[in-house]
Amino acid sequence: QVSSALKEGRVTPTELCQRCLALIKSTRFLNAYITVAEETALKQAEESEKRYKRGQPLGVLDGIPIAVKDNFNTAGIETTCASNMLKGYISPYNATVVQKLLDQGAVLLGKTNLDEFAMGSGSTDGVFGPVRNPWSYSRQYKEKSVPKSHSEDEESNWVITGGSSGGSAAAVSSFTCFAALGSDTGGSTRNPAAHCGVVGLKPTYGLISRHGLIPLVNSMDVPGILTRCVDDAAVVLGSLAGHDPKDSTTIQDNFKPFELPSLPDVSKLSIGIPKEYHAPGLSSEILALWSKAADLFKNAGAKVIEVSLPHTRYSIVCYHVLCTAEVASNMARFDGLEYGHRSDMNKSTESMYAATRREGFNDVVRGRILSGNYFLLKQNYENYFIKAQKVRRLIANDFLKVFGSGVDTLLTPTTLSDAVPYREFIKEDNRTRSAQDDILTQAANMAGLPAINVPTALSERGLPVGLQFIGRSFQEKQLLTVAKWFEKQVKFPMIQLEEVKRHNHDVFQHQKSASFS
Amino acid sequence: QPVAVEVLDHLEQLALVDFRDAEGVERLRKAIQFADQLHEVNTDGVEPMDSVLEDRCVYLREDDVTEGNCANELLKNAREKVEEYFVAPPGNIPLPKLEERETFLQGS
Repeated sequence: QVSSALKEGRVTPTELCQRCLALIKSTRFLNAYITVAEETALKQAEESEKRYKRGQPLGVLDGIPIAVKDNFNTAGIETTCASNMLKGYISPYNATVVQKLLDQGAVLLGKTNLDEFAMGSGSTDGVFGPVRNPWSYSRQYKEKSVPKSHSEDEESNWVITGGSSGGSAAAVSSFTCFAALGSDTGGSTRNPAAHCGVVGLKPTYGLISRHGLIPLVNSMDVPGILTRCVDDAAVVLGSLAGHDPKDSTTIQDNFKPFELPSLPDVSKLSIGIPKEYHAPGLSSEILALWSKAADLFKNAGAKVIEVSLPHTRYSIVCYHVLCTAEVASNMARFDGLEYGHRSDMNKSTESMYAATRREGFNDVVRGRILSGNYFLLKQNYENYFIKAQKVRRLIANDFLKVFGSGVDTLLTPTTLSDAVPYREFIKEDNRTRSAQDDILTQAANMAGLPAINVPTALSERGLPVGLQFIGRSFQEKQLLTVAKWFEKQVKFPMIQLEEVKRHNHDVFQHQKSASFS
Repeated sequence: QPVAVEVLDHLEQLALVDFRDAEGVERLRKAIQFADQLHEVNTDGVEPMDSVLEDRCVYLREDDVTEGNCANELLKNAREKVEEYFVAPPGNIPLPKLEERETFLQGS
């Protein structure tokens, strides 16, 4: 919608950019952004405006403000991964996905906050502090929260965004941009999308280039897309997907960008409900929503059947081993020599490396590196690493079997509950939390399958809850069609941000029906 | 089951990060305990899976230089450099042994 507004001249790219920048300033308490690239964004907006005046916009994304998670390289802009190790690191190049967006005329507003090196499920463990869920400040949440005492103000009641792409999710959810890039290794795009009430798409592994995405787990990482509606996700996907010669893990098949049907039809589809996703700890609210969703499909004529993915509960353990192993390898490049933090220690190369890494990494990162190295020791390699790789195949085969039996899409919850207050979340350590929160999202990364979170309803506490659809490899069109149908059915309510509204009434008006397609 | 100090020391040297404190060591022990659940799964006859793209022939480009000449750009991010060289402290000096290192493990 905003794209057509741009085309028709009802709003100009620079106006749009300025409003977003102003909104970012007024929502700074959310801590969603690490870097705001104000100057370059305005310049990009000006260029876009010239193109619109000539009647030659580059496409639907021309002039659209976007944000990018701070683990993607952006030329000339600091890229920190929310770590001391990369504070001050100015990327010399753009990640392929960033370049593609810029080539389409998108306006890069800034880099968003995350857990350090994308390790975490709360966006709470970065060096720039935690990200606050915009819904903490919504009328819907405030109405439902009962302050425990007079002294407790809303300051301590705020809830997390989920992670690790929490900054991107918060940015989209609070209207400061129209789309954002995240990354997804174990659920890092879908989890915050669910908690922030936005659409979070994890594409099939191999569809979108990882060149320039600072790697966590090479065999599972994918760039993720966060938007306010499914149609927008399809548009962004269309501009990003496709073979990249700079990333040999992208497939060479021709990708054709697609438009979703305006009246999607699910009556001929088979929807699978994997029983193992009724995981321990799943809130009764979400269980009920899941069940209602299944009924929605049934009533529309789709075939809804219970299926089994027997190795689901091992996916977290398997991930734990494979992830730490790959992390141990990927983090080895940070030695202070070529980029990033460097310690003053000068006695020897090894002691300089050790000191640099001691100073640059937080506990979570160091913990994973050490665990990973443990599992990769000669005496452990077979029993842990190889074993985990075998279990991975079993998990992937579970999905193959189910999709092979005629099921088109799986319907599952995305998270176990709605977003918890920050003070609750930090009571447990990062690994425990990740293990708990990733349980429903991780297996899709294991098998490389596309998956999407669609905001479904508000919980009793007034916070968003989403449901997840998992599709067949490279069948994003079908997956998004199902997601769009579901989105139309549930009519998820818009966030009512009060404080922000007071300050920026105009901005809000314009971005109310906030999609760009 | 606690992990032997020799192994912890070995890990610190391999990883070039330190455990820092008892919490760090405990974290590893818990991680191992968690990973042990893998052994409940029967994987007889199952081949390890490296990548979900294993059935495909991925693209490898020709080994020709197509870009580069950006030494100045890249050197901008290095703290210590001389002309076009990254400067490193002397190599071939192993990390001090456990007894001489400043590591939490010394007390163990």
